[in-house]
Amino acid sequence: MRLLLRGGRVVDPTQDLDDRLDVLLEDGKVAALERSIEAEGAEVVDAAGKVVTPGLIDVHVHLREPGQEYKETVLTGTRAAAAGGFTAVACMANTVPPNDCRSVTEHILGEAQRSGFARVYPVGAVSKGLQGEELAEVGELVDAGVVAISDDGRPVWHPELMRCALLYARHFDVPVVQHAQDRELSGAGVMHEGGASARLGVAGIPAVAEDAMVARDLLLVEDTGGRYHLQHLSSARSLELIRRARDQGLAVTCEVTPHHLLLDDEDVFESGLDPNFKMNPPLRAARDREALIAGLRAGFIDLIASDHAPHHPDEKEIDFVDAPFGIVGLETTVSLCLDRLVGRGLVPLRRLVELLSCAPARAFGLPGGTLRPGSPADVTLIDLEREVVVAPSAFQSKSRNTPFAGWKLRGAPAGTVVGGKLVWPTSP
Amino acid sequence: MSERPIWRRKDLLGVAELGADEINLVLDTAESFREVAERPVKKVPALRGKTALNIFFESSTRTRSSFEIAEKRLSADSVNFSASGSSLEKGESLLDTTRNLEAMAPDVVVIRHGHPRVPHALAARIASRVINAGDGAHEHPTQALLDAFTIRQHKKRLDGLRVAIVGDLEHSRVLRSNVLLLRTMGSEVVIAGPRTLMPAGVEALGVPVAYRLEDAIEGADVVMMLRVQLERQGRMRLPSTEEYFRLFGLTRQRLRLAKDDVIVMHPGPMNRGVEIASDVADGERSVILEQVTNGVAVRMAVLYLLAGVQG
Repeated sequence: MRLLLRGGRVVDPTQDLDDRLDVLLEDGKVAALERSIEAEGAEVVDAAGKVVTPGLIDVHVHLREPGQEYKETVLTGTRAAAAGGFTAVACMANTVPPNDCRSVTEHILGEAQRSGFARVYPVGAVSKGLQGEELAEVGELVDAGVVAISDDGRPVWHPELMRCALLYARHFDVPVVQHAQDRELSGAGVMHEGGASARLGVAGIPAVAEDAMVARDLLLVEDTGGRYHLQHLSSARSLELIRRARDQGLAVTCEVTPHHLLLDDEDVFESGLDPNFKMNPPLRAARDREALIAGLRAGFIDLIASDHAPHHPDEKEIDFVDAPFGIVGLETTVSLCLDRLVGRGLVPLRRLVELLSCAPARAFGLPGGTLRPGSPADVTLIDLEREVVVAPSAFQSKSRNTPFAGWKLRGAPAGTVVGGKLVWPTSP
Repeated sequence: MSERPIWRRKDLLGVAELGADEINLVLDTAESFREVAERPVKKVPALRGKTALNIFFESSTRTRSSFEIAEKRLSADSVNFSASGSSLEKGESLLDTTRNLEAMAPDVVVIRHGHPRVPHALAARIASRVINAGDGAHEHPTQALLDAFTIRQHKKRLDGLRVAIVGDLEHSRVLRSNVLLLRTMGSEVVIAGPRTLMPAGVEALGVPVAYRLEDAIEGADVVMMLRVQLERQGRMRLPSTEEYFRLFGLTRQRLRLAKDDVIVMHPGPMNRGVEIASDVADGERSVILEQVTNGVAVRMAVLYLLAGVQG
């Protein structure tokens, strides 16, 4: 099976490429990149006027299967990924039951195989049952196919558990992926603790709840020599801690979400406590948001991930305090980044490709993230000019919970190729 | 009443959205209802045939009774709907509660909820008029209005006053609504309390913060004490009620720092010997029971403006 992507602007930072080239995909691999390729019998996709990048990878999504299929399934979640320009996702372990053993991992991989819309890389639990007490059988999980371990949703709180997880994961060379938050400091908080929460009388989650945990974790990383990935970095001070750890040469990576880059606690206030502005970590202060953008530009932040967290509409109505944390992101991330980061000159396109493709592949040790010949034939096409309006009712995801409804954005995914097959848009 | 400005809002959700003219309209309207309480038959037909539904998701004695008395004095049919023991406690979602309310179509819904902006969300979804009777630590507009009414009775004005508000600043909706109202009316507010009961970002309330009771009440025209709930806050925030009283309790001696004609207020229920000494609470400067009396008149005014005027 051959697919020829003709005449697109190929942007691949791993080959230092930004050029008009044809891309030939053959037998699930990238076969050739040349000025002009004649491939008789190949299916041809006209990529003229489009950007051709290594397939985008979102290393932080919740597919909700097994157990919460009313929110999302592997099928709907990967379809949302494909529609959003992602060829692969890493899905978190906080399913019901949690992904802490082989049978759950295999179930997820089986569903992914059947769906075919995007590659799915399961993340296993750090602790049995996500209880934060005993290590999960990481060896069995890695053998079954997990690419990292995380108790995401619940921080690994116990210092000895974190120390052991960092040590033990070294046997399998997988990163320990942490939602860093001290639960005693976050307490019953539901939004960033600051001026907006003070005016609203809402219990806050102070930034130091993240900072304190990041500081502790980084000391443990130093002692153990472990691999650590910090999820959804939200505070300026945590960023500074990460920067110092990298200066020290620790094996530390971090991600930031589009919403933490583009929104802050004043937006929560302005929304009138719309539950679609509730996520954990919360939208921080404007100065945190500005620091994150600066960190992204300076290269201290490795990658962008969406923390796609679908919830049923009934769960996100009316009451901010009782609503669950989280928003969907697979179908908004690319356009948000193109318009607000690239379009506004904050981040060059090449850097965005790094943030959404090459760096996630590196951080999680995944195949892909490059168009070097011989690599998996996972490609994303991007239309820089197309204007879109975020319309939750049109999402492929089962859920609609986004604070970006109605945003007008310039730039959108235009095609998703997985394993050499155009999976999105689906053929009529 | 015809020359008065007309009330245009569907709901009363918070002081945040009220202008000075609207606040004055409520207070002036309340003046005319105050004398109803002194009649032998304490009832006027202003809301005859109207239904008021009082939904309290949080237990409350005085606010609910005050609304109920106000509704009955206006001849409205009032129905109480308390959360404990009802379907609300049995896991009915707020969304379904809302839909049920809409189906019953009461004229006015008075709602108290433990979470901020639930009344606002409800008001946007139902045709009934909604009065916020307290939403979490966010707002309690009728309390601020009855406080203003009481202050105006004694001071004959609401501008140019110095008002000290002291206590648990983090968890108080009374504080937030009063700060908003008094600033709108042109008074100076100073707030004070222990740092462990102040929200981070307290400066966003836009008024000076004091860390000693004495600094706050010096030269005050009005001292408003807030309830401190030690049992709720836990011993990490406050070591004991005795220590709280030593540091932030309002005593006769401390009250001397305020103006001679200071008035002492408290939204109730009071903790005697915790935030306020009994002899101050019962003393000649205290207007605490007047606040309760005025609460009925102010709530009658709000109900009347929302549901009575249009007929």
